[in-house]
Amino acid sequence: MIEFVKPSVDYFELWPLLLVFGVACLGVVVEAFAPRAVRYITQVVLALAGLVGALVGVVLVAQDVTTYDDGAARGILAVGGTIAVDGPSLFIWGLVLALAIGGVLLFAERHLDGGMSAFAGQASAVPGTDAETAAVAANREHTEVYPLMMFAVFGMMLFPAANDLLTMFVGLEVLSLPLYLLSGLARRRRLLSQEAALKYFLLGAFSSGFFLYGAALLYGYAGSMDFARINEAVRNDVGSSSLLLIGTGLLSVGLLFKVGAVPFQAWTPDVYQGAPTPVTAFMAAGTKVAAFGAIMRLFYVALGADRWSWQPMMWIIAILSMFVGAALAITQNDIKRLLAYSSVAHTGFILTGVLGLQASDQLAPGEITSVQAVLFYLTTYGFATIGAFAVVSLVRDAGGETTAIERWAGLGKESPVVAAVFAFFLLAMAGIPLTSGFVGKLAVFSVALAAGAWPVVVAAVLASIVAAFLYIKVIKVMYFDEPVGDGPKVAYPSVLTATTIAVGAAVTLVLGVVPGPVLDLAAVAGEFIR
Amino acid sequence: MNLLSQTVRLVEEGGAAPVVSPDTGAGGVFDLLWLVIALPLLGAFLLLAVAPFLQGSLKAAADKHGHLVGTAMSTLSFVLSLVLFVALLGRGAEERQIGQHLWTWFETGSLSVGMDLLYDQLAALFLLLITGVGSLIHVYAIGYMEHDERRRRFFGYLNLFVAAMLTLILSANFVGLFLGWEGVGLASYLLIGFWQHKPSAAAAAKKAFVINRVGDIGLSLAIALMFATFGTADFAGVSERAGDASQDTLTALGLLLLLGACGKSAQVPLQAWLLDAMEGPTPVSALIHAATMVTAGVYLVVRANFIFELAPIAQTAVVVVATVTLLWGAVLGCAKDDIKKALAGSTMSQIGYMMLAAGLGPVGYPFAIFHLLTHGFFKANMFLGAGSVMHGMNDDVDMRHYGGLNKAMPVTFLTFAMGYLAIIGFPGFSGFWSKDRIIETALADNLVVGLLAVLGAGITAFYMTRLMLMTFLTEKRWAKDVHPHESPKVMTVPLMVLAALSVLGGVLLLGDWIVTWLEPVTGHAEHHEPPLPALVITLIITAVVAIGVATAWFLVGKRDVPREAPQEVSFATRAARADLYGDAINDAVVVRPGASLVGGLATFDRVGVDGVVEGGSAGIGGLSTTMRRLQNGFVRSYALSVLAGALLVVLALLAVNFA
Repeated sequence: MIEFVKPSVDYFELWPLLLVFGVACLGVVVEAFAPRAVRYITQVVLALAGLVGALVGVVLVAQDVTTYDDGAARGILAVGGTIAVDGPSLFIWGLVLALAIGGVLLFAERHLDGGMSAFAGQASAVPGTDAETAAVAANREHTEVYPLMMFAVFGMMLFPAANDLLTMFVGLEVLSLPLYLLSGLARRRRLLSQEAALKYFLLGAFSSGFFLYGAALLYGYAGSMDFARINEAVRNDVGSSSLLLIGTGLLSVGLLFKVGAVPFQAWTPDVYQGAPTPVTAFMAAGTKVAAFGAIMRLFYVALGADRWSWQPMMWIIAILSMFVGAALAITQNDIKRLLAYSSVAHTGFILTGVLGLQASDQLAPGEITSVQAVLFYLTTYGFATIGAFAVVSLVRDAGGETTAIERWAGLGKESPVVAAVFAFFLLAMAGIPLTSGFVGKLAVFSVALAAGAWPVVVAAVLASIVAAFLYIKVIKVMYFDEPVGDGPKVAYPSVLTATTIAVGAAVTLVLGVVPGPVLDLAAVAGEFIR
Repeated sequence: MNLLSQTVRLVEEGGAAPVVSPDTGAGGVFDLLWLVIALPLLGAFLLLAVAPFLQGSLKAAADKHGHLVGTAMSTLSFVLSLVLFVALLGRGAEERQIGQHLWTWFETGSLSVGMDLLYDQLAALFLLLITGVGSLIHVYAIGYMEHDERRRRFFGYLNLFVAAMLTLILSANFVGLFLGWEGVGLASYLLIGFWQHKPSAAAAAKKAFVINRVGDIGLSLAIALMFATFGTADFAGVSERAGDASQDTLTALGLLLLLGACGKSAQVPLQAWLLDAMEGPTPVSALIHAATMVTAGVYLVVRANFIFELAPIAQTAVVVVATVTLLWGAVLGCAKDDIKKALAGSTMSQIGYMMLAAGLGPVGYPFAIFHLLTHGFFKANMFLGAGSVMHGMNDDVDMRHYGGLNKAMPVTFLTFAMGYLAIIGFPGFSGFWSKDRIIETALADNLVVGLLAVLGAGITAFYMTRLMLMTFLTEKRWAKDVHPHESPKVMTVPLMVLAALSVLGGVLLLGDWIVTWLEPVTGHAEHHEPPLPALVITLIITAVVAIGVATAWFLVGKRDVPREAPQEVSFATRAARADLYGDAINDAVVVRPGASLVGGLATFDRVGVDGVVEGGSAGIGGLSTTMRRLQNGFVRSYALSVLAGALLVVLALLAVNFA
């Protein structure tokens, strides 16, 4: 009989996490008791205040944490060793919170669609019925999206910080469930949106099953859910290695599904396309950051000693993701689907950084650690992605957003600024020098090369050529093609969306010209607590 | 200021490639080095980013006078380059490597890449060429683009190009060089496609960009490999530690750099974009696709001499590529009726000569750069001359519609003739000195390569004479409503300056000046005796050139030139007209397999995943019903693909561990 010990909660180190969770719960209360007229402003202010407060908290905690147990890492293990508040966790928390602030600003945008937000008036009304018409006429909108988003942010913070398999699973679910819901709330093209939400939910549940099964097998192998104990078991080579291998494989399915790696990418284009664009922006940036944090923690901390068995699998997945993502993106004719496939390719690039497994004690001069490279890449990717999707929400015609690429022809003439900013984000994704994407690619490639994974790097460079072609194609459409019909219209955004785009573009430029401070910050983040 | 560290240290054995160790405390006028880049960059910024936001009369003024800003920036940059050059002359040979640290681009742990500039003997010559010829071309373009309503934008792009090219040349590490490398690629893309209303121009721009990206793979992989091997990509660090790397690594580095050079310099097998790039306005062809950007590959090989010196296999590859290209380009030049394409073929061929010299090691480097400079003069001269001709002929580029223009356009004719005499290597003209030295060095190194280079000189004489005869001599074949006239002064004055340089460029070789000047950068060369006395070789080359000229005279000058290109021609002519099937080869080897791969993947995605659904949903009306069926089908097959993926992952894990 295992005795239950009440864990001590380290409130100071966890308060950014708890604040976000508290604000999410408070948001539900506001939904129940505040009158409809003031809900929008209350929720937006509450969410922003919670996120900014949590961001300040992350900075305070980061300054406070000390070296853990004489090891290479800094931080503490909180709540009975289930949550690791270490350098990488704090870096990811900060990044997720910054992206979430951008997300709230996009959610709150009401200028683009005749004074309404991008969310449905009444999600329960069947599209095309009287109930829906009535909801639209009454100018209703769902302000539940803000607490839902805060729950998702909480999950995104818990997921990469989880230090055992069960907490990780809880984080995974808490981050996913609100996102399934949010995907189905689009005001325009609701059938597409609902279809996307259901698909995302079914497939997400399916992949969670894999994760849970893998966790059970790994527990069977190591006799513990705890990452440190699993690591110990792997080092001592106890028990059946098939349990370990199959468990590792099934866990990776769950995690790779979340980042949209090939062959688990099938949901990404449909969901990215169907979900309301602000949700897509937030989800595409935030989920990937959180899930890569979790992937690194699981594979470095728990399974690091077993790297020779999972590295070849990662090689294959990385190469497949880069090529399939880049190649399929070329034939897309919808800008959101194109960005979705491009995110699949980026998953491959980030995996290239992950599989190197360069720790700080194995560095030769001029090399950086895998964690540092991946964290930096995630930063560049997160800001470019949220900015790019924010731009997508501006280009509209009578039926709402125009996401068909051929309708973007002539955007360069219609709005030189919007086209230039979008082109800039695309160039960053292509990895052109003086944008953040170049430094990010350089970082992950050099890490992989230092770890001897040169075939993956060669494949990655080839894939980035294919990808560059694709981004150039979109730029060509915007600037060189003749507009179809009236050509695209650009809706004039309020300060909310404009801020998000401006910050995204500024970060993308600054990280390209002087990436030093952020690279340093990622280096200071250091290692995971083992 | 560490005066000791800047003395040039020679690697003891073998290659004798000098180590780069710039003096960062030179002070004085050298502190203004960054301005050389900043001035044209400012011009580009003003013309492209600021001017579009001006309103009313300010905007009108910007559109009307913008070109003057662009020209002024380029000229100021030239003046500064000249001052810097004089200052450099004033220093001792050992103190001519000037470094300037602008800011640290990124630094983390021990990995550090700085925005550092390196101004040495090699960079000094390039600076003069780029800003000098660049400014002349700016002036020329004032006249050439006079009636184009987007002239301001054109000058903005030109300034952007100049700034990027100067970054490429002045960078003190390979990452900064790569930045400039991509920058010139972007500017070239924008300028080739400047007349984007022509589909051919847009297609050519895209083609140039894509083929250049292939070359960029080489350069970017080389940089990554340098970081992995040396922990740095600074010229200083790499040149110091190059000797420690293994032979295989050095060979790989050399070959990767060569791939990069091939893309930018249109060397076989990445040559196909250059002829199409002639869709751009003619000043662009002169500046980017003749005088400066396309020679970046030669610069790269010469700059990376510390790698190539230790990688003999890569050096041999350079020689082979160069020899093939110099003949390939020359053959193309013989068959083209489009005056710009004929000149483009000739550019390819002449860069082949430079590459050949660069592949021969320290003996060849100075001559590669020498030929690069003289070629910059005479080729820019001829391209601008061709532009002047087109200007007078209503933008017709077909030489079969020219003839007898020597009377109508005397200045263009005379200046073009100077360029012509220089390129065929007429004794005394600049091209004579530079090409002669390359062939001599090649003969001393390898007889076969040397003889092929002599053959190339003969073919050059043939196609250039053909071009000259068809354009300026022979009888008139003008279209009805064409009235050729001499171009305005603003266009002819640059022509005269360039013509003078084409004639006199040879003075750089007086007393072997350029060889001594570049020796601290490229290393001291052991002189090999050529198989024959130098004078005999010169005579033989001149005789071969004379044969080429005579052949052209008898085949073109003595006969009637038909206005329509004859279709019943030999296989060789047909092949040359089709760019020696360069596009067909690309198509068969790269494009079609790539397209079918993409097509296959897309088909799999559509048929394998969606197909189940689409079949079922056909004929069922009503959007919601269709959607519901779509949903069912999609998720089922998606889930199936997740399951298959899970199997793949687990099997891959098991296979690796139990195999």
